[in-house]
Amino acid sequence: MSPFDTTTSIASGVTETGPIAEAIRTRSNIFEMTQAAEDAVLRPKEFGAFPHDFRAALAARIAAHAGDANLAAQYANCTSGMADLSDPSHNSAEDHKVLIAFVDKTSNATKDISADDISLLQSSGVSDADIVRLCELVAFVAYQVRVAAGLRLLQGNKA
Amino acid sequence: MSRVIHKFTRRVPEWKPRVKPVELNSATPEQLNALKVTPSNTKVSSYVLTLAHDVESLTVRSPLFNAIMYDKGGMSRAERELGAIAASMVNRCIYCAAVHADRHAQLEKSTEVTDQLFAQGVNADLSVRDAAIFAFAYKLSKAPPEAGPEDIAALRDAGLSDEEILDLILSSSLFGWANRLMHVLGDPVRPEEAV
Repeated sequence: MSPFDTTTSIASGVTETGPIAEAIRTRSNIFEMTQAAEDAVLRPKEFGAFPHDFRAALAARIAAHAGDANLAAQYANCTSGMADLSDPSHNSAEDHKVLIAFVDKTSNATKDISADDISLLQSSGVSDADIVRLCELVAFVAYQVRVAAGLRLLQGNKA
Repeated sequence: MSRVIHKFTRRVPEWKPRVKPVELNSATPEQLNALKVTPSNTKVSSYVLTLAHDVESLTVRSPLFNAIMYDKGGMSRAERELGAIAASMVNRCIYCAAVHADRHAQLEKSTEVTDQLFAQGVNADLSVRDAAIFAFAYKLSKAPPEAGPEDIAALRDAGLSDEEILDLILSSSLFGWANRLMHVLGDPVRPEEAV
């Protein structure tokens, strides 16, 4: 796989002939491993309580919240009609209210997370394994939006 | 008994999970296999056993983490640690900040920079180069990211190459990931000392 064909590179707009192509090539392995991580976190074989389209919708929501319209659009393409979830201005999807609140807080106010936030998920019936899966998803997309934002800046575009 | 640590420190605390970690004696073959790819395979930490609940993520994350923090070339190891520390300060991940401040101090053979950072935060009195590195990583770690062209310009003025800036983007972003596991899934604790 070329380091320029990954979701992260495409979202950031880096290209084989662009101004930072040489630097990107020095870390080809990292771009490939980042794509492997996306595959594992967004489209795992063992998905627990969160099917792939639900994960894509959450990823689109997180990316949109972080101001990354390109990445949000890539994920929104894989959501098969979960527009409510993927749009950060919708926060009342009743079925998933506790989950969404947790995803938004972990993404955007990480420092304010406390033991109570985890207890609330547990008392709402989310298993410990699913809590870890949800954290990995939020955490990976937080990484990905920052890599994409940084690459955009490094290329001299506005993040 | 133990107490939760709320202040930044270089003295690495223990980490107490908020969910029940996987138990080794009931781990699946996939989990046991993934536990081997982590740096500490003799004694598996409760953190790694917690992450083993999502074995596919754990398997891919360990080699990615090592490549970003330790692969040759590009930015120095100590400067990559600065990226990790900045993210961990934004997200108030006391545990991550401690581990990486301690590592920075060891690599630099000096506690001066991390003393400054923990005491003064964004107002720390640092060298021009360290200040540019910390400021960029700190702003990139905000939600949404706040780094701008002026921060890249400051990095270039301080003499950083594209390769070094790329490594800084990767190391600080990586801790946007690590902090959201470590700080969210557990507490940094210290055993109560007898009075």
